[in-house]
Amino acid sequence: MSIKELSASSKTPPARNGEAAMSEPILEVRNLKVSITKLPDVQIVKGVNLTIRAGEVHALMGPNGSGKSTLASTIAGSPEYVVDSGQVLFKGEDVTAMAADARARLGMFLSFQYPTAIPGVTMVNLMREALKARRGEDIPAREFLAELRETLGTLKMDESFARRYVNDGFSGGEKKRAEILQLGMLKPELAILDETDSGLDVDALRTVSEGVNALRTPEIGILIITHYERILNYITPDFVHILVHGKIVKSGDASLAKEIETTGYDPILQELGIATEAVTA
Amino acid sequence: MTTSNKIATSKDLARGAVGEYQWGFHDDEAPLFIAEKGLNEGVIRAMSKMKDEPAWMLEYRLDAYQSFLEQENPKWAGSPEVLAALDFDDIHYYVRATDKDSTNWDDVPEYIKDTFDKLGIPEAEQAFLAGAGAQYDSEVVYHNIREDLAEKGVIFLGMDQALAEHPEMVRDYFGTIIPSGDNKYAALNSAVWSGGSFIYVPKGVKLDVPLQAYFRINTENMGQFERTLIIAEEGSYLHYVEGCTAPIYSSASLHSAVVEIVVKKEARVRYSTIQNWSNNVYNLVTKRAVAYEDAVMEWVDGNIGSLLTMKYPSVYLMGEGAHGEILSLAFAGDGQHQDAGGKVVHVAPNTTSAIISKSVSRGGGRSSYRGLLKVHEGASNSSSTVRCDALLLDEQSRSDTYPTMEVDEERVNIGHEASVSRLGEDQLFYLMSRGIPEEDAAKMVVNGFVEPIVKELPMEYAIELNRLIELQMEGSVG
Repeated sequence: MSIKELSASSKTPPARNGEAAMSEPILEVRNLKVSITKLPDVQIVKGVNLTIRAGEVHALMGPNGSGKSTLASTIAGSPEYVVDSGQVLFKGEDVTAMAADARARLGMFLSFQYPTAIPGVTMVNLMREALKARRGEDIPAREFLAELRETLGTLKMDESFARRYVNDGFSGGEKKRAEILQLGMLKPELAILDETDSGLDVDALRTVSEGVNALRTPEIGILIITHYERILNYITPDFVHILVHGKIVKSGDASLAKEIETTGYDPILQELGIATEAVTA
Repeated sequence: MTTSNKIATSKDLARGAVGEYQWGFHDDEAPLFIAEKGLNEGVIRAMSKMKDEPAWMLEYRLDAYQSFLEQENPKWAGSPEVLAALDFDDIHYYVRATDKDSTNWDDVPEYIKDTFDKLGIPEAEQAFLAGAGAQYDSEVVYHNIREDLAEKGVIFLGMDQALAEHPEMVRDYFGTIIPSGDNKYAALNSAVWSGGSFIYVPKGVKLDVPLQAYFRINTENMGQFERTLIIAEEGSYLHYVEGCTAPIYSSASLHSAVVEIVVKKEARVRYSTIQNWSNNVYNLVTKRAVAYEDAVMEWVDGNIGSLLTMKYPSVYLMGEGAHGEILSLAFAGDGQHQDAGGKVVHVAPNTTSAIISKSVSRGGGRSSYRGLLKVHEGASNSSSTVRCDALLLDEQSRSDTYPTMEVDEERVNIGHEASVSRLGEDQLFYLMSRGIPEEDAAKMVVNGFVEPIVKELPMEYAIELNRLIELQMEGSVG
């Protein structure tokens, strides 16, 4: 098995327009190499470069096992992974060694692929504590409830949803909607959506995507991590990157996702000289 | 150490004046009477005489004392060495701070009033209680009940006062639910009991808000042996709440209570406890209720603090359709062993029960669930569920489960579930990824874990319990 070095493809993608090119990057990932904390010999991410600016939506695609979720979790500060080398810069600040809570307070948000249940803690309680931590001060109950109602309305969610225990007994679709609800309440500057489309039927996918689109502003950078392109039919990305074996092997615009929709990953991998049997989905 | 008020604000928490036991202060006022350390018939006779008790009670005490002497510490005890270290000769069995059980807060001696003021007792009574009692060392110093309830015939008195004022009623029920020789500590209580509450709720009377009693140990090496008896007549309803604290001393104190409850046909009693003893108190308590036809008995039992707690509230379902429920919550910190649980005995058909136990252990603390489910032959169509969940916050802490089931009836429906979990890295990361600092995240997970029990408490107590747990959690992470 050999992976062709494609430094050109893993460079920062060109900015779409002049204005965006002027804005400071929200996220810069510099030659990042990542291993599993409990298995330090197993390197998953093998030198990734990625730059996301305000208002941009990036899609990170790739076959299963290519390291997409590892990259997402590492950017968010998961203790499950250890950075071997390279840097993560958030709004110009090196956060590579920063704990997850501090990154979140700076404005980073990870929508989990498998959100964990926290029995006995309500969604309301979680969001209130999270907002309090993010803003550094308590929010008056009335103000909080007004914001919550507005966000629930935007996402077409019922109020009773917020009174349930976090992810406890939630269906797959409910879990993803709960993530988007938190995204809407916390209003981060960087949102990483890790396989938000997995396990959703078409209706749920549409609802969740509409929710993300409603929260899309010129101030937020979004990284969508996905195996399939179908979520990208609802949320149009500005940039698409293909991650294989822990490296970004190709970057392009939304048409790259369309290409994968039509042909799958195989032609791209063959074109790049990557053995297909090693990356079967 | 001193402290100004009961409910610490989040600002207090932020100031870091926490992580230690808050109610560890004591006052230095000399008591009116303090028995020499150790126990003999002379002490018991002197106590009984000082209390001016009827002859039958003195006999009862002396019989119980014999039983106490004859019994060993239980063989099944989870921490036999800790229990063996309890020196019964190093305890003051009777400490009388005042000679008066008052119904007027103004009549309570100033220094005792100060203590209860610090604990927030009078404010609580005014704010949300139907009545309140306060016991200081051996004697009840205050008991009061809302006038309208007294007019309906509800009796809420210190046990000694009840014995003086309603001797026949006390004699009819006293020791009928828990015989004096039931176990070594019940025998000890029966020999030297002092204080506690007596409650009588007449037929059909429903109390809309709780009655509360507060138990305070002040004297070092003190044994507190309160005795509580509750009689709920047909169709009545009562929620009774007890809270407990003690100062921090270098040597041990003993709290050994006996609580007996009679729940008659279609009556309902809920008994909620939040015990927050300092870490040098042996807490060896016997609590038992009998529930008759279609009656409901609920124990909500929260144990935080103490050196060793051994407590298993029980319900005997004597009448058809009776329901018993035990919600047990234990928090074991460094050097503590919470050996708690519950017992349910199904005697009549169509009876139902549930035991839900939640324990949290940290800093090398140990919690054990110990329970009994017994179904007698003939208690057909009865059903019971037992669920015990343990949460360990670190590698040093320990949790054990000792469930016993004795089922002599075939047509029953019984479920038992148990789980042990560790504070999960994935849960912490999830909350931290929302910006919540690690220690707060851990508190959230723990408070969520105990939520099913806490939500059964009146709001004021739920807040207090959550706060106590958060105090116990200080410095537990990182």
